[in-house]
Amino acid sequence: MITTDICIIGAGPVGLFAVFEAGLLKMRCHLIDALPQVGGQLSEIYPQKPIYDIPGYPAINAQTLVDNLMEQIAPFNPGFTLGERVEGLERQEDGSYIVTTTDSTAIHCQVVVIAGGLGCFEPRKPEIINLERFEGKGVSYMVKNPELLRDRRVVLAGGGDSALDWTIFLAGIAKEVTLVHRSDSFRGAPDSAEKVAELAKQGRINLILQSNITSINGNGHLQEVTVTAKDKSETTFMADNLIPLFGLTPKLGPIANWGLTIDKSAIHVNVADFSTNVERIYAIGDINTYPGKLKLILCGFHEAALMCQSAFHHVHPDQKLSFKYTTVNGVPTF
Amino acid sequence: MISFTVEDRNGERQPIEIPEGINLSLMEVLKASDYTILATCGGLAICATCHVQVLNGLDALPEPQDAELDMLDTLPDADSDSRLSCQIRIDETVDGAIFRIKSEEPI
Ligand SMILES: Cc1cc2nc3c(=O)[nH]c(=O)nc-3n(C[C@H](O)[C@H](O)[C@H](O)COP(=O)(O)OP(=O)(O)OC[C@H]3O[C@@H](n4cnc5c(N)ncnc54)[C@H](O)[C@@H]3O)c2cc1C
Ligand code: FES
Repeated sequence: MITTDICIIGAGPVGLFAVFEAGLLKMRCHLIDALPQVGGQLSEIYPQKPIYDIPGYPAINAQTLVDNLMEQIAPFNPGFTLGERVEGLERQEDGSYIVTTTDSTAIHCQVVVIAGGLGCFEPRKPEIINLERFEGKGVSYMVKNPELLRDRRVVLAGGGDSALDWTIFLAGIAKEVTLVHRSDSFRGAPDSAEKVAELAKQGRINLILQSNITSINGNGHLQEVTVTAKDKSETTFMADNLIPLFGLTPKLGPIANWGLTIDKSAIHVNVADFSTNVERIYAIGDINTYPGKLKLILCGFHEAALMCQSAFHHVHPDQKLSFKYTTVNGVPTF
Repeated sequence: MISFTVEDRNGERQPIEIPEGINLSLMEVLKASDYTILATCGGLAICATCHVQVLNGLDALPEPQDAELDMLDTLPDADSDSRLSCQIRIDETVDGAIFRIKSEEPI
């Protein structure tokens, strides 16, 4: 089991900056994020867009801000569990918590900080009969390890860049690759669209256009995919893996069931320290709400600083906290 | 006045009237009218959580631009009458149109 002082759920800009503020007060952090990379909305939705309202930066590219935050917190050596969604929260007799993830990672901590933003980014699921029944049994929404698809019959669905990119990549690995797209053209990167068309012409992939996958079947594991064309004609063919690639959409997820006061997908907090109605659980950044709340990065940074002052008393109950500027001591690391 | 109709996820229709000359997108009007749509990106055509289906008046609307079409392509339930409501300006082109909210209910 991982042991830390503060377990931060969400590695968006606010969760990341909280590590810095916690570190100044000698509190260790472990961050968990459902996405495979840090940076939250900045890295997932708008990495190449400039942000104009970060104090001290007239303009900064979103991904650069995330990279800078990572550099700023590196001296505090935070732990990361990425690509896993937080599922469970269990209060211990002494008031501490054990946080668990979908992949059974367990983190023991004194304080839980929810910096979950808009919630977990989850795959958009198409309407396919039996889809959820075959999740993990042939159906997956991302390609984690392409080697697992070697010599298999793989069906991809979607028309965006990731569907095109994976089709091209898997054409060299899988036994058979089929790409199903509802339209008759691709609007992803023209270069990738051309490559996919060329692979289809050479017979190296199957391209099924103007069609949707409508149902899947199998005996325990995926075996068959049924595709319905615009003219309503149906075709069924054999497949071992189906990968629908329709991007991600945020969902509040399991946090909604933790007994916190939640209104319109946001957690109510006390503005004095951003604590929730449950002891030792704080909520900062886009996920919280209070009168006058603004969903801005700089507001989340402020909340992180105040939260740490309060969390300190749970992590170091026998110590007195005295406020110091970083200009006095520099950045004291562990 | 510009009038159009919005159908929610339960199939209920509501007429909406907006004074002419107001510089708003359909997404902004939907949010202001308390429809539950995420519109995560605030109208940049990069989140697709403001997806609507145009049940009437599609041809009168200005053609979608590349960014909108690219984004619609990433949706599993988009069709030829799909649009991103943040890319539709409220002007005479939406007069008489019927829009159905297609984006998933946020939870
Ligand atoms: C297009 C766009 C432009 C923007 N421009 C600006 C701007 O110019 N200036 C500005 O200040 N703000 C801007 N924002 C808003 C800004 O991005 C947010 O305020 C900021 O990202 C909030 O940070 P956060 O750390 O609270 O949450 P997020 O960035 O949303 O990160 C939360 C993280 O928590 C993870 N998570 C949630 N639940 C779980 C769980 N159960 N288990 C594991 N992980 C979980 C998510 O995967 C996510 O990575 C913009 C937003 C968008 C979409
Ligand atoms: S609000 Fe994001 S695409 Fe329309």
